[in-house]
Amino acid sequence: MQALFGQLLVGLINGAFYAMLSLGLAVIFGLLNIINFTHGALYMLGAFCAWYILQSVHIGDFQLGYWSSLIIAPLVVGAFGVLIERTMLKRLYKLDHLYGLLLTFGLALVIQGVFRNEFGSSGLPYDIPPLLAGGFNLGFMFLPLYRGWVVVASLVVCLATWYVIERTKLGSYLRAGTENPALVQAFGINVPLMVTLTFAFGAALAALAGVMAAPIYQVSPMMGADIIIVVFAVVVIGGMGSIMGAIVTGFGLGIVEGLTKYFYPEASTTVIFVIMVIVLMIKPAGLFGKEH
Amino acid sequence: MAEGVRVASSGSAVAAPATAPLLGVRGLQAWYGESHILHGVDFDVGEGEVVTLLGRNGAGKTTTLKSIMGVVPRREGSVIFEGAETIRLASNRIARLGIAWCPEERGIFASLDVEENLMLPPRVREGGLTVAQIYELFPNLRERRRSQGTKLSGGEQQMLAIGRILRTGARLLLLDEPTEGLAPVIVQQIGRTIVKLREQGFTILLVEQNFHFAATVADRHYVMEHGRVVDMIPNAELDAAMPKLHRYLGV
Ligand SMILES: Nc1ncnc2c1ncn2[C@@H]1O[C@H](COP(=O)(O)OP(=O)(O)OP(=O)(O)O)[C@@H](O)[C@H]1O
Ligand SMILES: [Mg+2]
Repeated sequence: MQALFGQLLVGLINGAFYAMLSLGLAVIFGLLNIINFTHGALYMLGAFCAWYILQSVHIGDFQLGYWSSLIIAPLVVGAFGVLIERTMLKRLYKLDHLYGLLLTFGLALVIQGVFRNEFGSSGLPYDIPPLLAGGFNLGFMFLPLYRGWVVVASLVVCLATWYVIERTKLGSYLRAGTENPALVQAFGINVPLMVTLTFAFGAALAALAGVMAAPIYQVSPMMGADIIIVVFAVVVIGGMGSIMGAIVTGFGLGIVEGLTKYFYPEASTTVIFVIMVIVLMIKPAGLFGKEH
Repeated sequence: MAEGVRVASSGSAVAAPATAPLLGVRGLQAWYGESHILHGVDFDVGEGEVVTLLGRNGAGKTTTLKSIMGVVPRREGSVIFEGAETIRLASNRIARLGIAWCPEERGIFASLDVEENLMLPPRVREGGLTVAQIYELFPNLRERRRSQGTKLSGGEQQMLAIGRILRTGARLLLLDEPTEGLAPVIVQQIGRTIVKLREQGFTILLVEQNFHFAATVADRHYVMEHGRVVDMIPNAELDAAMPKLHRYLGV
């Protein structure tokens, strides 16, 4: 029993990261029509930002740490996202999907390569913030406080994003822009700016996930490359462009993965890809995708 | 080329108009990639007028509206709105000047409900219709305001596409074939709406294939052929011009 709940929790944690990352990918794909292969690298950058802040950023005698990283890392990586969009992606919108994919793929390799040169490929430890150290005994299992925090915080972030996109005026611009950017712009909306900010938002979300992941998975140059493959499978299963789809599929597949680890560990690394194949055969647009 | 009927001529040899037209289009050219579609379009629309663009399929009417709105990939020439050159502005800047566009394909957003569609275009000026006034013009929209935009009937979608640009305060409306494919009662309702809007002082540039409909709402008609304006017919002279119009339109 202990072990089952333990694996369930691991699954939920992984699912939290899948959800935050696939959410950003879905939003970016919706508006920019670009499959953003830098997403894993941006997640890794978020974690490295947090690590750097913890190592060496002081204000006077005060050592900045985890909590300020939750704000600063998304801002820094979001700004980097602005740079990528304005200087590179912007030139590709008129071309085929494939160019955006190749550019972001290459960029991800460059970023990861630079970090591997600098930091090697072994992980750098990142301590759990003191406030969230320890845990509870729930009777049927031990819940480390930090893991509980990650699940709750990422759920809140995902649902808040869903709410803004699906239920607010700002979100209606984004939804409309996803369908017909030229018309939205002809109504007087600065769509190029909206595109830049959307990419920056997706980048910031990846960075936030990276900060939250640092105490769990350690900080390493390849952490993003490893997770992003699974996240792409999640996005394919959920269906590109569906916000709730990305969230539900992210958490759901994390849990499925965790359960597989308990019941049939040999399949735990492949189960998501098996599901992907099955979904592609039965519903090619994905579980929540709209058929065209 | 003909001046707007409301533009008084000074009587001198170089007829400088007493008031500039609201919209002045001169030598407008447009391209889609390699295809050169507009070859120098010239016309004027005076404040408060309803003016149509007539012409066969593919004459360039839609492309003319899109070029005014700034949504074609490449355009040249001059489009002057309220005295300001707009040819180099991005479409969002043009919209902000007070020009609103109702596209031929209507452009209702599937991921927005009716009210969200209605509220989407931002207000660019004072003096737009209120939502209550729009629902008064098109009562169907009120009943269906929580429906998905594209679940509406064709006629309702057209009402929504017109309704949502009335809120913005734009004074010049570009309407692209608002009656296309609609039942006669709906066509009549849209006709009455256009007349009402004209009474309220809106200026309307209307693309139409159906000149019987155009004759009931417009002050003047421009005829387009092969990417140029080739004639102007005041509505009062439409009957006399029928033979030539039939030739232009090939009907
Ligand atoms: N996106 C496009 N790419 C390439 N060519 C286009 C495009 N849109 C229109 N054209 C071409 O431009 C020409 C003018 O088209 P336009 O839509 O302006 O005509 P129209 O007068 O509005 O016709 P209709 O009455 O059928 O709506 C046509 O030959 C059309 O094939
Ligand atoms: Mg047309």
